[in-house]
Amino acid sequence: MSDRIPAEAERVFTTTIEKDQRVEPRDWMPDGYRKTMIRQIAQHAHSEIIGMQPEGAWITRAPSLRRKAILLAKVQDEAGHGLYLYSAAETLGADRGDLTRRLIEGRQKYSSIFNYPTLTFADVGVIGWLVDGAAICNQVPLCRSSFGPYARAMIRICKEESFHQRQGYELLMTMMRGTEAQREMVQDAVDRWWWPSLMMFGPPDAESPNTAQSMAWKIKRHTNDELRQRFVDMSVPQAEALGVTLPDPDLRWNADRGHHDFGEIDWTELKRVISGDGPMNAERLAHRRRADEDGAWVREAAAAHAAKRQGVPA
Amino acid sequence: MSFDDAYQALTDHDDDARWAYGTGFADPLAGVPTALPDGVDGADLAAYCLMIGDDALILSHRLQQWVTRAPELEDEMAIANIGLDLLGQARLLLTRAGEAEGTGRDEDDLAYLRDPADFRHVRLVERDDTDFGQLIARLLVFSTWRLALLDRLATSRDPVLAAIGAKGVKEVAYHREYAAGWAVRLGDGTELSHRRMQDAVDAVWPLLGELFTPHDVEVRLAAAGVAVDPASLRPEFDTVLTEVLRAATLDMPAADTAEAGGIVPVGATSPASGAVSAGGGTGGRDGRHGDELAAILAELQGLARATPGGVW
Amino acid sequence: MSGEIKHEWPLFEVFVRAKRGLNHVHVGSLRAADHEMALHHARDLYTRRNEGVSIWVVRSDDVVASGPDDKDAFFAPSGDKVYRHPTHYAIPDSVPHI
Repeated sequence: MSDRIPAEAERVFTTTIEKDQRVEPRDWMPDGYRKTMIRQIAQHAHSEIIGMQPEGAWITRAPSLRRKAILLAKVQDEAGHGLYLYSAAETLGADRGDLTRRLIEGRQKYSSIFNYPTLTFADVGVIGWLVDGAAICNQVPLCRSSFGPYARAMIRICKEESFHQRQGYELLMTMMRGTEAQREMVQDAVDRWWWPSLMMFGPPDAESPNTAQSMAWKIKRHTNDELRQRFVDMSVPQAEALGVTLPDPDLRWNADRGHHDFGEIDWTELKRVISGDGPMNAERLAHRRRADEDGAWVREAAAAHAAKRQGVPA
Repeated sequence: MSFDDAYQALTDHDDDARWAYGTGFADPLAGVPTALPDGVDGADLAAYCLMIGDDALILSHRLQQWVTRAPELEDEMAIANIGLDLLGQARLLLTRAGEAEGTGRDEDDLAYLRDPADFRHVRLVERDDTDFGQLIARLLVFSTWRLALLDRLATSRDPVLAAIGAKGVKEVAYHREYAAGWAVRLGDGTELSHRRMQDAVDAVWPLLGELFTPHDVEVRLAAAGVAVDPASLRPEFDTVLTEVLRAATLDMPAADTAEAGGIVPVGATSPASGAVSAGGGTGGRDGRHGDELAAILAELQGLARATPGGVW
Repeated sequence: MSGEIKHEWPLFEVFVRAKRGLNHVHVGSLRAADHEMALHHARDLYTRRNEGVSIWVVRSDDVVASGPDDKDAFFAPSGDKVYRHPTHYAIPDSVPHI
């Protein structure tokens, strides 16, 4: 591939993108595109894996066996999604061991939403409804990412995520029909998770310098603010149907825009959480690091056994 | 560049030849008659369903505790799968127990509102795993035993137990294969893994006796063609374990206490569990458990009990 | 990438036959120490919603692929063989089931 004329290769790459076709792993691609894709996919994969923890903490404590089974299946799906995504990143020449190292050493990011604690079982429902709902808003357009393996992984992930969002909303509906204490639990969880969910779409467009290049490469299909607006518009009627109040006094329908207006997001909080100072950052990474370290002897043993079987000295 | 195409795809459950997302999950008990078989005592049947249901419920709980801390992500998937299978078996069996006793208690009443002394699982499933080798050793012996059990249960005179057995065989065969594969890799891996795996097997061995010691309920129901006499499972168990341990270059520990008619002195394995008295023919099947069960139930039942009248 | 820290286990490519009558299709990859483990992991990862009736796993290192640069030599020669495609043949609309 290296002896190919760069200008010609670049023209093929550009044409592929322009014609809305997919770039595949063995195609020539600009270094910037490769690096950006690896970073985007790895961060997404890390988010799935770290995202297992807030809900995973409730599996053993789920208050009915049906909810326990649903939650266990859901957290398992998240591990699966992480694996689909690491698999896509590996097609670009990244190594999963290396990516894991970057995660647990804090050198690569994951979604800031998972740095908030899950205080009650209602959080499980609200994570499904709002956090997975926001994730779906972000991810559905990525099913058409210009990078083929990522787009294919996203199709599969989005299909499975639709179960995640529905189970969350169904849990909340059930709890709202329960006791007064349960209804309070749901409202409290909505109060805590609403603003962090809006932050999941990233900084406002004016402060998102990479957006233009990513949109030109078709690895990002809509701006942060477009997606955030869509999420707000989707969530308002869902909140009404549920009977909860979204914690934003400025939230109201704007007939001129045909969208809901909403209040100012606390961007200093987002920056603080992203930079590692959220309520749970240290604990999330420490947990992941401990699992990796505790498992090292097991992975080494399996590799040694496989080498023995092949007659290769370990 | 509309959002809506892909959203539509999310709700499109037609067969997709590329992935085939699989929505055809059947109710394993669809069409199975639930009336008690003739001449079977409901209280005995309920007690039996609790025994093998609680085995699954408590081991599933231990496996759930591994989620987010498995040695590798692929093993997160496998352990969660096994935990889900066992949880599914527990739900069917607890539901059957409620039907058989005729009190109207459902799976959640039985899982969440019983006290430790009313649980009927063997001590094997209750113990904490200190490392992945211990998880594997326990899963190997448990799934080998349970596969033999479910295989025989598939011909039970109780149609519900027969259906649960037939469904469970396919699941537990996979659990056993997973555990055996890892036992061999760890046993015949590195020096460190060999030592840890041998320690794990040694630690689990004293807990085997209870698996093969018939309880009065099992004896009566086995005679009625409903349950399985656990003593009859021993030859198959020994054959499988001998083969796996040999492939794993591990030593079979000295004879366990199958003949002793119950649980071994707990001091030998788990000094923390002083609540169970040694000998006397009483064990988990009679509701005698260690301190570890109290911790498990605090976690399992805490929220449900703290929310009276709650619906989930 | 730096390439200093490699994963302990090799990469395997996974192919799943969704149902009888269909080809095995590539669905992704995973890490495993050996082929047996790769099959197990593939079952857990790629078929947990009843998606498959058969799985293949292949060491990624063992896959020999045509390069994108070979495209013309490999695939262009068949591009003009329109007679291989069913639409090449005009059939009157009145003829059913064809």
